[in-house]
Formats: sequence, C-alpha cells, structure tokens
Amino acid sequence: MQARRLKTAVAIAAVAALAVGAAGCAKSERDGDSGEAKTGGTFIFAGAGDPKNFDPIFNDDGESFRPVRQMFDTLVTHKPGTADLEGGLAETWEHDPDGKVWTFKLRQGVKFHDGTPFNAAAVCFNFDRWYNMKGAAAQSQMIYYMDTFGGFAKNEAEGAGESIYNKCEAKDDGTAVLTLNKYKGAFPGAFALTSLSIASPEALKKYDANTVTQNGDSFSYSAFANEHPVGTGPFTFGGWDKAKNEITLNRNADYYGDKAKVDKVIIKIIKDESTRKQELRAGTVQGIDFPAPADRKALEGEGFQVVNRPAFNILYLGLNQKNPKLKDLRVRQAIAYALNRQQLVQTKGPGGAKVADEFQPDTVLGYAPDVQKYEYNPDKAKQLLKEAGAEGLTLNFYYPPDVTRPYMPNPQEIFTVLANDLQAVGIKVNGVPRPWNGGFKDDVQQFGKHDLHILGWTGDYNDPGNFVGTFFGRAKAEFGDQSMTEMFDAIAKADGTVDDAGKKAAWEQVNRDIAAKWLPAVPLWHAPPAIVVTKDVKGLVASPLTDERFNTVSISK
Amino acid sequence: MLRVIVRRLLQLVVTLIALSALIFIWLRNLPGGPVEALLGERATPERRALLTKALGYDQPILVQYGKFMQRVVTGDFGNSIRTGDPVTDVISRAFPATIELALAAMIIAVGLGVPLGYLAARWRGRSLDNLTIAGTLLGISIPIFFLGYLLKDVFTQNIHWFPPSGRLTTGLDNTNVTGFFVLDGLLTREFDASADALWHLILPAITLATIPLAVIVRITRASVLDVLNEDYVRTAEAKGLRHRTIRGRHILRNALLPVVTTIGLQTGALLSGAVLTEKVYNWGGIGTLITDSISGGRDYPVLQAIILLAALVFVVVNLLVDLSYAFIDPRVRVR
Repeated sequence: MQARRLKTAVAIAAVAALAVGAAGCAKSERDGDSGEAKTGGTFIFAGAGDPKNFDPIFNDDGESFRPVRQMFDTLVTHKPGTADLEGGLAETWEHDPDGKVWTFKLRQGVKFHDGTPFNAAAVCFNFDRWYNMKGAAAQSQMIYYMDTFGGFAKNEAEGAGESIYNKCEAKDDGTAVLTLNKYKGAFPGAFALTSLSIASPEALKKYDANTVTQNGDSFSYSAFANEHPVGTGPFTFGGWDKAKNEITLNRNADYYGDKAKVDKVIIKIIKDESTRKQELRAGTVQGIDFPAPADRKALEGEGFQVVNRPAFNILYLGLNQKNPKLKDLRVRQAIAYALNRQQLVQTKGPGGAKVADEFQPDTVLGYAPDVQKYEYNPDKAKQLLKEAGAEGLTLNFYYPPDVTRPYMPNPQEIFTVLANDLQAVGIKVNGVPRPWNGGFKDDVQQFGKHDLHILGWTGDYNDPGNFVGTFFGRAKAEFGDQSMTEMFDAIAKADGTVDDAGKKAAWEQVNRDIAAKWLPAVPLWHAPPAIVVTKDVKGLVASPLTDERFNTVSISK
Repeated sequence: MLRVIVRRLLQLVVTLIALSALIFIWLRNLPGGPVEALLGERATPERRALLTKALGYDQPILVQYGKFMQRVVTGDFGNSIRTGDPVTDVISRAFPATIELALAAMIIAVGLGVPLGYLAARWRGRSLDNLTIAGTLLGISIPIFFLGYLLKDVFTQNIHWFPPSGRLTTGLDNTNVTGFFVLDGLLTREFDASADALWHLILPAITLATIPLAVIVRITRASVLDVLNEDYVRTAEAKGLRHRTIRGRHILRNALLPVVTTIGLQTGALLSGAVLTEKVYNWGGIGTLITDSISGGRDYPVLQAIILLAALVFVVVNLLVDLSYAFIDPRVRVR
C-alpha cells in the first residue's frame, strides 16, 4: 500500500516537473528564435480596442484605422510627422478655377496586394462604389463619406443630403478626373482621409464588399472587410485571431514606396491601460499609445521613448446658450476671463500642451494671430457678471469621468480646476459627471441638458472647416440651438471660397469674430498625445493625425 | 429522481424567460446606447436618428422584446454591435477561455482547499490550524482586483516569472481545436503552445481561486469538525477500525456533503470573479466580453446572451450538485 502511494506521488511530481520544464524550455526556444532572426523581425504594438473591420470606408475610429493605414493608401497623403499634404497614390493633383474638377496624375507601376494593377479605373471604381452604396451600409456606417460628399446617388433614407459627387473618369491609366457638383473647402485635405483609401476593385467584387446586412441590433460585414482586405500599402493582411486578440500584418515585398523593414507587425489588443504599460515593461509589446500624462516621466526614466505627436487637437469649455443667462455675451466673456488656463495647462496638461486661443491649431490655414485673447482676469470677470446682472449664477457642468481622450487625458481633474476658477468669481458650479457612452454624449450633443461641458476634437485633415466648421458651422444642441445665423453664414462662406488667399482671409475673420463677437465656447488647450516605444524601436515617425505608418520602423537587437 | 429533474428543468425555463425580460428592459433603459458606439464621435443628430430608426430602437419596448424573443427561439441571438460577428461565434470564442480559467481555479481551490481544511480540523488549535484560519480570512477579504494587480506587479514586473496578460505569447502559433489552449496544445502535439498557455494560466488561476479556496477550506474544516464529534466516528474508533478507513469512509465522505454544495455555489462566484480577473489579465473570456459590451457601447445582443448563458450554467451546475448528493449520501436517494 505504501509503495503504491509513493508511486502516485512520484507520478504527480513528474508531471508537474514536466510542465514546469516544458514552460521553461518553451521560453528559451522562443528567445532563441527571435535572437537568431535573419530578417526584420516582428513589431508588436498594443492596440486599445477592437477594430470594427478593415474596409476603410465603413470605419471612423482610430483602432480600425491603425491596421487599415498599414494596408491601404490614399490618393493624397501627409508628409510624415506633419499634417501637410503630399502625393500618395496620386503624384500630383490640381483643380479647375471653380474647384469642381479635380485631376489626379497617378503613380505608375503600383500593384494591389492581389497582383491587380492600380490605375485610374481602380480609383474611379472606388469613388463610384462609395457614391452608389445602398441599403444598410449607406444608411448608417459611412460617416466620413457623408461628411465629405454629403449624400448618395440615391438616398434611401431621410437625413442624407444631396451628394456633391458627380462623376469620376479615367482619362487614361494614369489620369483620374473627379467632378464635383460644387466646391468644398475640405478638399484636397479630405482625399487623405483613411476612410477614402483606395481598395482593389477585383477584391471588392470577389469578396462581396458592398453587402452589409442588418441582423437584429447590428450589422455584419463582408468577407472583404473581415478576412480579405486588399490595398496597396506596405503591409498585407495576415489575419485577425479573435481568440488571441491579435491582428497580423505581413510585409509587402512589392510595395512601391519604402518597403517595410520588419517582416511582420502584430497589433495586440489590450484594453486595460495599465496592462498595456505592464506589457511594455515586460518587453512583450514594443509600443503603446496615449500614455497617461502622469506616467510619461516615469516611462522616460525607465528608458522608453515617449514621442510627443505635434498637437492637432483642441479641448474647449462649451457654453450652452439654451440657458438665457449664457445668451448674454458678457456672461460668456466673464467665464473666459475667470479661467486660469495657463495654470490649467501647467498643472493638468500633458507635456508640451499649450493654451489655445482659437478652435484650431496654429498650423492650420486661417489661424489669426490677432484674435481677442482672454487673459486670466477674475476682477474683470466679476465686473462683467455684474454688468450683465448675472451675479450668483448657478451652472450645471457636465463632464465624462470615465474616459481619456487624446485631447482630454483626465476629465475629472480638468473639471475640478475649471470649477474652482469659476467659483472664485462667484459662479456656483454643479458638477454633473456622466459616463461617456452612458449619457454624457447623449445629454450634451443630442439633448443639450448642460450649461457647461468639456469636450474636444482631433482633426482629420488640415482644413479649418474640419475644426471650426465642425463645431460652429450650424445650430447644434451642444452650444444651444443658436440663432447665430451670422456665424453659420460666415463659416459657410469661408468654406466655399476657392482661391487660397481669399479662403485664408475669410477663415481668419471667422476666427476673430468667434473670439470677439460670438464666443460659443472657450478654447482651453492643444495637447500633444504621445506614443511610447521601447528603446530598440527605431524609425517611428509620430504623426499629428495619429497617421503612423509602420514601414519605417525597425527593431535593433 | 426523474421527476425532480423535470421539475428543475421547468423552473429553469421560467427563470430564463423572466430573466431575459428583465435584462432586456433594464439594458434599454440605461442611458447611452449602441447607436453612439456604431456611429462614433463624429455623427450628426440626423445620423443618430436615422440609425435609431433603422435598428428599431424607436419602437415600444414590448415590440422590441417580442422581436428579440422571436429570434431567440430560433437560436438566433443576433450579431455583436461592436464587431458585427454573430453572438454565438463571439460567445463560443470567449467561453472556453473562461471555462479553462475557472477549471484551473477550481482545481487549485478544491485540490488545496479540501486537504487543508481537513488537516486544520484534525489539528484543531495547533499552529497549522491558526495559520489556515488567518489565511482564509485574508483570502476572503482581499479584493480580487487588488490581488490581481498585486500578483502581477510582483511576478511580472519585479521578478519576471510570468507574463503580464493574455493567454498565449504574442505571435506564437497554436491550432485552435477546442478553444482550451492548454488542451489544444496537447491534442495537436504543439507542446510548446500548451506549456506557454499553462504558463499564462497560472497567475490568473491563482487570483481567481483565492476566494473559493478560502471558502472551501473553512467549510471543510467546520464540516470535518462536526463529523469528528459524531457518535459513529467514536463507535468506529472504539471498534478499532483502521484510521485510514475511518478517515476516508466515515469522516471525509460525510463531511463532503456541504463542501460539494459550496463548490456548486462557488461556481457562480467564479463566473463573477472572472469578470475582474479577466480584466486584470486581459484574458479574453466571457468576463472581458461583459465589461467590453457594457463600456464599449451597450452591446445589447452580446450582453443578453451572456447573462442568459451565465444563468443557465449556474442553474445547471446547481442541478448537478443536487444530483451528486445522491451519490455521496445514500439517504438522499431514499428520500
């Protein structure tokens, strides 16, 4: 009996030892593999959420765009590290004096990942595809297309407007001519939108890309969007292992531009912020996005490269003019004077943040250096409140405590500082925390329940219309269903001005008037979001538009 | 016995229907919703209204519930709002991850808990007993979240023994057969992957096992103490039976009944504990799916299916526990 028990114990011990040994052995083998890598190795980047799918036109979020940008190219693109435009799949572009006919001279010898040629016909196929989209896809999912073109060939649902797209013609293989019904200031910047990436017509047809079906509460996408995205980019699609939360991209050996230095990019989805940091520290991922401002110094101290992207965003304090007190310009100005924004930037801003005086970064056309500035002046604030008969004012201040955004890494702290400033001039502040997706966006943007709120924006392309126009181009519940028709008209006029000098002057005047006459919100700061990589990562070019392409990245060992 | 099973199954159906209605109405009355998640930050109010109508959220809640139930009875839980994948796919991907984790935790909890509880009772008042009592108190009171981060901090950041998160080293290939990565590696002879999965499993399993382990130790100890004082044990000892027989047949077998009940109840605790543990370790199971589905924009279809599934598992496990009484305690069979 004793012997049998001993044997059992030995067997258990042996199995345990084997498991531990195997784990150790497995680890050393893996280390050996990467050490002996003859080619470029693998760049592992931690993503913060699931992408929706990989069909560019159906996406509008950063987590989907990150892999999409590695696989697809746009006609026009951004100079690395800036928001300035340069040739992408189109080497040059020009428009007629009306700004309606756009001619693109295309890059020659480019091939899609499936081996089919990129040419003018392919470009027009893509534009026609978007314009002719129907059904569930058209109704709900093409946010950027709608922003840019305004409608479809046949609008099946209310809410879509008339499309400004007219037609696209392939003059020859290397020349695509796009005709619009009217000029729009968003172009050419919008041609660089990741959503408007050019996909392989053959693959779009083969994998039934236009079929989006609604099933119950949701939509399901085609095989193109999920399993066979085909573009011209520096990486091809390797797979999306949903059980392991990994997206694999392989080097495209036939890429026309700078071929990728690494063999493979893996985007590992890790939703918890602190876990992303731990993985970085453990060396299991080589890059993470948007570190918390408080962590930046520590990470730098540990030898990581914390790269600040040039700030291409804005955080503002919204003022809802549905509240009659806030309809009075003097009250809005009093609030602006009451805020010590310099101190806010210094105490709560991420490294490199600076006070904003306008609702667009100074690198964007139309920035006016001479707008009215609201330097911190609590006495003036009190005086203005008195003049307006708004002493003892009480305001409901909405903020989302549960999120971090690139322009707003710490909403709770920002709220606290602003509320203190306002209370110091005699404005009583009721803080109303609401979860981002659980009431904040609805209450603020749809129902306009608030008096004050903090919100912001990261630009999509280099155009004032994408900043100022987005916020104040029309009546919105966010700022009160304003009757500021003067402001809406001025913005529409600036957006519709074709010649560069006139456009610049028009937008500058809009920015001056927003600051002095209209003040629908108070601009707070421009904050550079950071990206962090391990010290052996070389060649990562941080982009103000978070438009990083990983083909320039290499891993030194 | 058959009648008991049938009655319990009927109870199960009623429970599930009531629960489904409750969840459905509750979810739809929460602020925020899937429309925001689908459209992102840049949507205009018109687009929101359009999608709200397209998805039928503008209809009365009873109509919406009716449509939902209509689909559910045909086995169609719809598609995930976030990913567009059928809910059944989403869940069947995540389910094995959670079961693998829960099983590992249960093995630790039962494997350590029963012997420890037994020994503590046998040596009542001695230092092992005191130590065990103190340990279980700590185990029960320590928040899972805190413990998870603590273990991770010590074992992945300070001493690099274990990986910080995930189920497999990034980029390591494995063949997915059952979804249980440790088992899959053994089945497909990818021992490297199997060992790697086991290596990833250890910290989360320990974290998740802590509370059930503490509970099982305490229940076993108390139960063994009760039995030790029973007349039949004393009789057995007086008869001069061998200690081994007394321990196995008389003490442990009788003491196990409440322990088995506890294990059943702890299954529910494991499922809710998994939500936190999986979040800490980026585990990719049902727990992660629940948090993602709530914070990621009210993924109604996934949430509804998960809660129903969790209820189903809970009820079935408890049914099995009740049935297992019969095997452990003959008196139940007689009744």
